[in-house]
Amino acid sequence: MFSNRYIFIYASVMVIIVAAVLSSAATYLKPYQERNIRTEKIMDILKSVKIDADKADAETLYNKYIVEELALNTAGDAISIYKNQGFEKGDLRPFDIKLKTELKKKQFLDAGKKVDGEPAFPMYICKHDNKTFYIIPLRGKGLWGPIWGNIALEDDFKTVYGVTFGHKGETPGLGAEIATLAFQDQFVGKTIFDDNYKFTSIDVVKGGIATMPADQQIHGVDAISGGTITSHAVASMIRDCLSNYEAYIKKQIK
Amino acid sequence: MSEAVKQKEPLFSPKNKKLIFNPLSKENPITVQVLGICSALAVTAKLEPAFVMSVSVMAVLAAANVIISMLRNTIPSRIRIIVQLVIVAALVILVDQVLKAFAYDVSKQLSVFVGLIITNCILMGRLEAFAMGNKPWPAFLDGIGNAMGYAWILITIAFVRELFGSGTIWNYPVMENLGLYDIGYKNNGFMILPPMALIVVGIIIWIQRSRDKELVEEK
Repeated sequence: MFSNRYIFIYASVMVIIVAAVLSSAATYLKPYQERNIRTEKIMDILKSVKIDADKADAETLYNKYIVEELALNTAGDAISIYKNQGFEKGDLRPFDIKLKTELKKKQFLDAGKKVDGEPAFPMYICKHDNKTFYIIPLRGKGLWGPIWGNIALEDDFKTVYGVTFGHKGETPGLGAEIATLAFQDQFVGKTIFDDNYKFTSIDVVKGGIATMPADQQIHGVDAISGGTITSHAVASMIRDCLSNYEAYIKKQIK
Repeated sequence: MSEAVKQKEPLFSPKNKKLIFNPLSKENPITVQVLGICSALAVTAKLEPAFVMSVSVMAVLAAANVIISMLRNTIPSRIRIIVQLVIVAALVILVDQVLKAFAYDVSKQLSVFVGLIITNCILMGRLEAFAMGNKPWPAFLDGIGNAMGYAWILITIAFVRELFGSGTIWNYPVMENLGLYDIGYKNNGFMILPPMALIVVGIIIWIQRSRDKELVEEK
């Protein structure tokens, strides 16, 4: 039999050793993990304009094709412009904006609560093949955890050129299918505004877009069978995120 | 002076071999002991996550078995479950962190399931039943053996589910290349849903018992 004293000492020593091992592992691995996350963000942004980057050349391609980063407020003004590796206006690097925080700020503001500073939303301007694309990052809540993505608009600001979606833990084979090309390719050529530039977003329709009126089908894509909640989540993510850019886009097209 | 030096047991003695090979069939953790069923449902919709999950379980189970076995004489029995849990949890976090740092794509695939290794009954079962009473080397073999037993069932289920549910094997579109879609074949959406995993496990158990009568219980 072991005495109580022994048990207490044993447990304390064990916990301290485990804590030390885990925290040193976390500290040691953190730079690698952060680099992975950053590279992934760059690769995602580039993928939405159909530039395939791998881990090695992601940074180079990003600097080559993304010519401008904007941070926009909800009134549609740029509060920060980052261009050619330097700030043209403001001092907030749009790439480093945490969309989650900004969306929360927006949500608080809408609910009439006070927040520190106004929400700022990033937009990336890409020049590729003599065309200009406007890339808007997305973030929302899926069924099991966060979902995110990027949507690239053509220079009429309404036609979708490409999208990417990612997720933390949607059900494999069901909700997780949002990360597949088959789902994402449906968005290409759809529009987020109608002809009069009224914001329509893009809906993810259960039962398929065949159930929509023919003139509305340009604003919808098919949902995933068995992934209804994730499909809805994608639709509301697109709506919520894009609506923050409505003011800016309306200023640009006039 | 007695020369009764104990004969050193060879590393792969028949007894040790059993530790590896028994869990593959007669003592399979999933089909015979019915442990770890929850993760067998969760990660087997596709082959890739099932495979990486199996490898992670193997790493954690083997390491935890060895560590617990080395500590077995010092662990106070009143807190042994806590000690086992802390060690398993620490190993799982380590595996998760390492995957995130060096195999980021794979870790994204597995998402929450790596964390769920902690709750896998096979781990606690092996630690309690084997590692607490055996030397590190047999404990290591036992860990590898049980993880293999877990792995082959998982991979079989995932193979069946992915093939008939999504029409692919390791994301390679088999059914499409065979031209089956053109003659009216459709993927079975039911295969992707968790209940199908149980049905596939059931079929494996059925086949196994019909071949090995020892496993059939007396009424």
